[in-house]
Amino acid sequence: MASTTVNPTRMELTRLKRKLVTARRGHKLLKDKRDELMRQFLGEVRNNKELREKVEKGIAASNKNFALARSGMSDEAVRVAFMSPKQEVVLSTATRNVMSVEVPVYTYTTRTSDPNDIYSYGYAFTSSDLDDAVTSLAELLPDMLRLAESEKTCQLLAAEIEKTRRRVNALEHVMIPEMEADIRYISMKLDESERSSQTRLMKVKDMMLEDAHHYKEKAEKEYA
Amino acid sequence: MSKIGVMGDWDSIYGFSALGLDTFRFDESNIQEAGKLLRLLAETDYTVIYITEALAAKIPDIIEHYRTLPTPAIILIPGISGNTGQGLAAVKKSVEQAVGSDIIFGKDQKGTDQ
Repeated sequence: MASTTVNPTRMELTRLKRKLVTARRGHKLLKDKRDELMRQFLGEVRNNKELREKVEKGIAASNKNFALARSGMSDEAVRVAFMSPKQEVVLSTATRNVMSVEVPVYTYTTRTSDPNDIYSYGYAFTSSDLDDAVTSLAELLPDMLRLAESEKTCQLLAAEIEKTRRRVNALEHVMIPEMEADIRYISMKLDESERSSQTRLMKVKDMMLEDAHHYKEKAEKEYA
Repeated sequence: MSKIGVMGDWDSIYGFSALGLDTFRFDESNIQEAGKLLRLLAETDYTVIYITEALAAKIPDIIEHYRTLPTPAIILIPGISGNTGQGLAAVKKSVEQAVGSDIIFGKDQKGTDQ
């Protein structure tokens, strides 16, 4: 529906027409962006799901190993074993641009380069099950980081898709129809006022001719 | 250079300390502190924070707050008490947010039902 606040002038009409062209172009671009984001998102979310299932399975398995290890050791011994970790993980974060969404890329470096150098305890007072448990967890770490990367990417993409979809819908169902209605309203109003001034001019012309030539009087005289 | 944190109950997370991740221990007695600490970690140089599903269930609003921010990535992991499915539910939520309805997991659930 045309809003009543719109000014029915020629200037407003050209302004609205220009605005409509921009809105149409923006709508098309945003629609393309949404489609591409969706394609990227669906690929990433499948990846995310697979990784999550893998990591959850891995954590469950290593939790089992830890439970087994603790069954043969006292709580104190376990605590002492993990008191001062040997290994340290440092994460460096970069970003990747997916359709102007900055998604993270994590790379990690460990303090000691030897992947087997993770045991923070001497082997004398701990059970070998603990070694297995720690190893199983260490093997899981790269996947866990990839999971973090993938899950964050999905979350960011999902938010961006939602935002873009809302914009597309607002343009498609509100802005563009409103502008079209306003344009129709203005052009009809302008046409109407043009017609009205045309008839007014014709009427004035008739009156002026009548004034100049007195057609009516002449006609009456003739009949009389 | 950023760090990785792990939050949860001791039994679920002590293994991660061997890998060089920073572990933060929470049990029933100090659960109110968890939200505070999570905020603190998020504002310092922790880019990835793993949190057990059980603990995450206690502070859902804070996790939701960081969901759409670029950092940190807060990732739910199953704890010692088992998998509650909350982690997968978070992925499902992303799908629903983006697509409008769940098209990735719906099929799978049907598959396991049969």
